[in-house]
Amino acid sequence: MEITTGWYLVLGALLFVIGGTGLLIRRNPLVMLMCVELMLNGVNLSFVAFARQLDDIGGQTVVFFVLVVAAAEVVVGLGLVVAILRRQPGTTADDLSALKG
Amino acid sequence: MVELVWLIPALPLLGFFLLLLIGHRVGEPRSGWIATIAAGASFLATFVVFMGLLGRDGHSGDRSYEFILFDWLPAGSLKVEAGFLVDPLSITMALFVTGVGTLIHLYSIGYMHGDPKYSKFFLYLNLFLFSMLMLVFGNNLVVTFLGWEGVGACSYFLISFWHQRESAATAGKKAFVTNRVGDWGFMIATFAIWSALGTVTYTEISNSPAMSAATGTAVSLLLFVAAAGKSAQLPLYVWLPDAMEGPTPVSAMVHAATMVTSGVYLLVRMNSVLTDDALLVIAVVGAATALFAALCAVAQHDIKKVLAYSTVSQLGYMFLAIGSGAYVAAIFHVITHAFFKALLFLGSGSVIHGMHDEQDMRKMGALRAVMPITAGTFIVGWLAIAGVPPFAGFWSKDEILLAAWEQKNIGPLLWFVGLVTALLTAYYMSRQVILVFFGQQKWEEDVHPHESPWTMTTPLCVLAGAAVVGGAINLPLVKDWLVLEHFLEPIFHHPHHFSSGTSTKIALAVISVVAGLIGISIAILSWLTRRIPTERLEPEFLENAMYVDATYARVVGGAGTSSFQKTADFDAAIVDGSVNGFGRVIMKFGQLIQPTQSGYMRNYAIGVAVGALVIVAVLAWGLLL
Amino acid sequence: MVDTVVFIVAAAICLTGALGVILARNPVHSALMLVMTLFGIAVQFVAQEAHFLAAVQVIVYAGAIVVLFLFVIMLLGVDRAQNLELSVLPVQKWAALVFAGGSFAVLALLVIVVKEPVTGAEAMGGSATGDENVRLLARSLFSDYVYAFELTSLLLVIAVIGAVVLARKPKNVSDVVTEEGSEA
Repeated sequence: MEITTGWYLVLGALLFVIGGTGLLIRRNPLVMLMCVELMLNGVNLSFVAFARQLDDIGGQTVVFFVLVVAAAEVVVGLGLVVAILRRQPGTTADDLSALKG
Repeated sequence: MVELVWLIPALPLLGFFLLLLIGHRVGEPRSGWIATIAAGASFLATFVVFMGLLGRDGHSGDRSYEFILFDWLPAGSLKVEAGFLVDPLSITMALFVTGVGTLIHLYSIGYMHGDPKYSKFFLYLNLFLFSMLMLVFGNNLVVTFLGWEGVGACSYFLISFWHQRESAATAGKKAFVTNRVGDWGFMIATFAIWSALGTVTYTEISNSPAMSAATGTAVSLLLFVAAAGKSAQLPLYVWLPDAMEGPTPVSAMVHAATMVTSGVYLLVRMNSVLTDDALLVIAVVGAATALFAALCAVAQHDIKKVLAYSTVSQLGYMFLAIGSGAYVAAIFHVITHAFFKALLFLGSGSVIHGMHDEQDMRKMGALRAVMPITAGTFIVGWLAIAGVPPFAGFWSKDEILLAAWEQKNIGPLLWFVGLVTALLTAYYMSRQVILVFFGQQKWEEDVHPHESPWTMTTPLCVLAGAAVVGGAINLPLVKDWLVLEHFLEPIFHHPHHFSSGTSTKIALAVISVVAGLIGISIAILSWLTRRIPTERLEPEFLENAMYVDATYARVVGGAGTSSFQKTADFDAAIVDGSVNGFGRVIMKFGQLIQPTQSGYMRNYAIGVAVGALVIVAVLAWGLLL
Repeated sequence: MVDTVVFIVAAAICLTGALGVILARNPVHSALMLVMTLFGIAVQFVAQEAHFLAAVQVIVYAGAIVVLFLFVIMLLGVDRAQNLELSVLPVQKWAALVFAGGSFAVLALLVIVVKEPVTGAEAMGGSATGDENVRLLARSLFSDYVYAFELTSLLLVIAVIGAVVLARKPKNVSDVVTEEGSEA
């Protein structure tokens, strides 16, 4: 059975969906960040699959940048989480509802 | 040099802005001098433009010059420019408006001394002068209307200048509201002229073919409504006596010499439009007003109220002249009236100032020894208004009476009314002079009346001089002496020519002089020498101006007020209600949506996710199909 | 044959890890499951001849980012069991399922049904197979995408500064305990 691009795309889609679902149902901020990483990885996989299919190195370059940005995002996000959780250990995402309308 | 016409209104406007910015800081009397210099410069500019106009080719066609600043309202085929029309009529009006205006500015420097709102007074005066000049120089009905509204507004400001006094504030409102009725007439007339003739510019109107008789009469009567509002004719005169609440210079300037003559100016300017039927109505109303006001003046005790009713009466004469077709006579009387009425008002102001704000004539008397200059000039004014030759008033009033006699429908009746009015005028003015300056002293010793400063007596003397020689501009009987008539000739479509013979003219003149002397004698006999008992000469009916004001108050206050109240309620309930209701609906809607703003991040994430999903699905739908 | 097996195994690793991340109670377990997923992804990258990226994935993602996660977890002491009870917001559960099902359906459909995913637009980056992978990637990165490269380096600097600022200890400890029950 030939592994065509489609398989990789489906796998990427699955990872994306699982990550998204996790993001919506977990309350621990750290775990939510991890789910975001999952989603990004799913997308990365799709990019690489397309890079190979279309014979374009641009797809891999984009993945490179996604990696960098994900790293920066994690750094800042964790900084925020540290700042918040240091004051109030045990805070969950639901407790951060000060912007309630 | 006629191109400098724009300077004439610009200088008082400049004075206005200058005073607006720094008037409060320079205080008195410098702000007064700023205003006076602005007015004086305007007068000089007027004189220069006048010379320029005279210097142009003497043919009547060239005696008018239009100076267009810019296209004000270009809308379809309507062409309204911001333009000035320099022609004999406007320059004549401007000459005495700026001349008398400058004198009154000078007078006010002394009169308003000590008033906390000193600079504001001069600010308003300059603004008024600007508006009046725009009115006079406008080359179309709309620019004139700009000035018309402007003088109305300034009149309101100046009448209620001492607004802490309830009566002054009310008087200002009354003036404004009554004027507004006249403004309505002006506007409708303008619209009608535009729709009938397709233009609102004066030069084009006078060159247009005549309108149909019905339209023409309607337009003429509407213009007369406007004039009646501004120039205080029946039934819209009621604001003028109350306008005496304003400071005396205001009464002199606005309500004697300039603003009230703008109605006369308007009708003279639009003379090509006025139909014979309308002219008859104008003549009748003018004569009736003259008589009515003279009767009211007979029984007044306030020194200024007498002069106020006198103004209404003299304005009635002017409209009588217009109605009889003698436009030149009307303008002539405007000029002479400006001189002697301003003189009389300023003189009364001097008396009030000297008597420390006492205005009741029953508390004056024998003031001529204490205030000689005021008394002397006031007497000159009295003689002028009473129609004693050779003072100015005689010549102009006489020309009007002659024109009334020649009016083709009811000439002799109009002439008779005018004659009776002249008698009454002589009577009540003499009464005033006697009560104030002659007779027994009725004031307490501690009042210390004194003569006024030079800033106040100088204008009095100048005006007195003008009242003496002013008649010279239009002496009858010899064609060359009719200077004013020749000067104004190009304005009129159908120049008026007196048809009576010389003997008739002389006879009528003699009769009117005799009437004047009779009036003076009655006054002397009753008030000075006490031969005639005076109790019956001041009936309460006349003292209360025939209860016209009270009637108006009952009508407007009763039925009027309740209908106003209903309109206000409608506005509050329905209009405001719907606007507020709309706001309430929006708020309700907001409250409905509020639960979506839960503050929980995950809810928002759901929103983003599901939204993205929907969008992708929609896009994919296109691809899949 | 080998490709297929490799794919299946790597895919299994990825999916197990992913499910582990979202279902584990202990955050430390979640982090470790994430590592597993990342390794699986790296294997997939190698299978698609993106060797450099596979290496970077392991070094940066698994080696740095997840370690960072673990640092923070340990620092804050959230490794105690978290309540996995799915949200106090009832609608969240169903919405999540809708999202999951719907997204997957759309994406899968797209993949299966669309025959020609190629739009025909010209390739930006040049061939992916002409030379060695690292060389090609380097060439693309430092010529076509050099601006983006510089900007991302700037981004990293900003992120570092931001993290330092955010994670600073407050000046007065009393500031921390001002309001009860409300967060920063």
